[in-house]
Amino acid sequence: MSVFSPATRDRFERLAASYPQARSALVPMLLYAQDELGYLPPEAIAEIAALLGETELAVREVIGYYSMLRTAPAGRYHVQVCTNISCMLRGGEEILGHCQRRLGIHNRQTTPDGMFSIEEVECMGACAWAPALQVNYDFHQELDPAKVDEILEKYRRQG
Amino acid sequence: MAERPAYPAAHPAEVRVVSQRFGDPRAATLAGYLDTGGYQALGKALGLNGGEAMAPEAIIEEVKKSSLRGRGGAGFPTGLKWSFIPKGGDKPKYVLCNADESEPGTCKDRLILEYDPFAIIEGITIAGRAIGAQRGFIYIRGEYRYVLDIMQRALAEAYAAGYLGANIRGSGFSFDILAHTGAGAYECGEESALMESLEGKRGIPRLKPPFPAISGLYGCPTVINNVETLASVPPIILRGGDWFLNIGLPKNGGPRLFSLSGQVRNRGVYELPLGFPLRRLIEEVGGGVLGGSLKAVVPGGSSTPIFTAEEALGLNLDYDSVGKAGSFLGSGGVVVINDRTCMVKFALRVMQFYRHESCGWCVPCREGTNWLQLALTRFHRGDGRPEDVDLFTDVAQNILGRTLCPLGDAAAMPILSIVRKFRSEFEDHLHGRPCPFAAESSAVPVA
Ligand SMILES: Cc1cc2nc3c(=O)[nH]c(=O)nc-3n(C[C@H](O)[C@H](O)[C@H](O)COP(=O)(O)O)c2cc1C
Ligand code: SF4
Ligand code: FES
Repeated sequence: MSVFSPATRDRFERLAASYPQARSALVPMLLYAQDELGYLPPEAIAEIAALLGETELAVREVIGYYSMLRTAPAGRYHVQVCTNISCMLRGGEEILGHCQRRLGIHNRQTTPDGMFSIEEVECMGACAWAPALQVNYDFHQELDPAKVDEILEKYRRQG
Repeated sequence: MAERPAYPAAHPAEVRVVSQRFGDPRAATLAGYLDTGGYQALGKALGLNGGEAMAPEAIIEEVKKSSLRGRGGAGFPTGLKWSFIPKGGDKPKYVLCNADESEPGTCKDRLILEYDPFAIIEGITIAGRAIGAQRGFIYIRGEYRYVLDIMQRALAEAYAAGYLGANIRGSGFSFDILAHTGAGAYECGEESALMESLEGKRGIPRLKPPFPAISGLYGCPTVINNVETLASVPPIILRGGDWFLNIGLPKNGGPRLFSLSGQVRNRGVYELPLGFPLRRLIEEVGGGVLGGSLKAVVPGGSSTPIFTAEEALGLNLDYDSVGKAGSFLGSGGVVVINDRTCMVKFALRVMQFYRHESCGWCVPCREGTNWLQLALTRFHRGDGRPEDVDLFTDVAQNILGRTLCPLGDAAAMPILSIVRKFRSEFEDHLHGRPCPFAAESSAVPVA
């Protein structure tokens, strides 16, 4: 039994075959696995390791290196706030503080209903439109507290 | 519901070459690309339009003539880099496009990837032809998922129309490109770390030599270039190296993209001729400093040594002028800082970044960034000791030049320049005094 959907499993097989060496598919596979499952549980790690003919230890070492990969669940909406220089100069730290107060959680925590988590992150390539945050993969830019409230509310309603 | 950056009309000072299609929603489709002059350069290189194909050496010669220098950070001459690839040999060769864009202050490659993906594909294909490669990879930072989607759609269209794959448009030349996602790691933007990552490993840099031109991806000869560098190639091939060179300055060919951010009115990404005065970028294009007067400018992304206002206002933005003034043009990320911003705080935030991103392999980088972050935090709080200021410099000096990859230098250079140029601000934090700027945040909210 696979922990992945048939479509994802298919995609993994195609991915592994599309590089000169199958192991090259590891990082993308881990990220796509996380997209589907919300995080990387031991079963997913074991299955990916088997697919690529690698040890689970080798896969875990790779997971530990990349900041986007996680082995524990985050909120359904993972709010990543940039406080690096271009954002800091335009209020990124205030935006982070505002998110924390609104959601009642600190950095790297998840709301009790599992809806939101917060992470302070490094530059996300939105410097000229700072301050910026990403909710999962979606960029939100030129933020102020009111705009942040609207954004969080939209996700909350989306459920 | 993701937001895409908006693109205003070109500023009159701009020369739009790699940004020529910014804001045009059709350019990311093959039809739109072809309508706006796309694939004419590849046509010329491969002799698809009746003319004779260019010899690979002639392509490299044209790029050399253009004086195109890398837009990713180090500013190495692109044509020269390509010429290091050995001719013949039985190993496959590779072209890597570095789309890991994560140098703080830099947000330009995202726009090319988003608005002009085919220009990158065309540039990689021409590079492949020039060095005798048959495969290319585009390594896109994991956070840029919508960009990966755009690129994958563009690649599929290019394949369907015969612009990629076996025997491109009947030319006899075959070339494949795969878009690959990273998963969060600044370090993977460093070329050898990127290759490790693309091989499915942690992004620990490799010892050099051997250089990628001899032993790169999978131990094979590899050219790695930044997105903007590769997107500059089609216009150079189409309009000639001389044309490109003459937009800029000798040894500094062409225009380049500057990401303008921080406390300045009209932030954005602007394509300006190399040699453009920084004063004009801030005052005329940028519309002036916000929230105070100018205090400092980071010229090329967070790892480049900082300039005081006075230095900045006399500076021209080309590789050699910025180099002579003691910094680097880097990734073209210009960050404007006003006089209400605390430079100790600024140095601390920069150090926090490098400590977070250090892969921990080298002791000076791992321990140095860790210590500096802790000490700067304490210092900024008002718990500093007079001897700390020199200690910051000593510790940073001990990282400089003693590490496996340039991330160590990237961490050391900003703090060294900030302590040297803004020493009095450090002294103002001493004797139990809290940050003199702390009463109110200097951050300028979005209007
Ligand atoms: C820590 C570190 C991070 C880097 N990140 C990037 C990056 O995100 N994008 C990039 O193009 N180059 C980056 N570089 C520079 C690359 O190592 C390499 O010089 C560049 O991709 C070469 O392309 P170019 O000659 O076209 O500039 C980085 C270098 C270092 C040391
Ligand atoms: S300099 Fe820093 S980031 Fe680079 S290899 Fe050494 S420890 Fe890793
Ligand atoms: S510094 Fe925040 S997006 Fe670049």
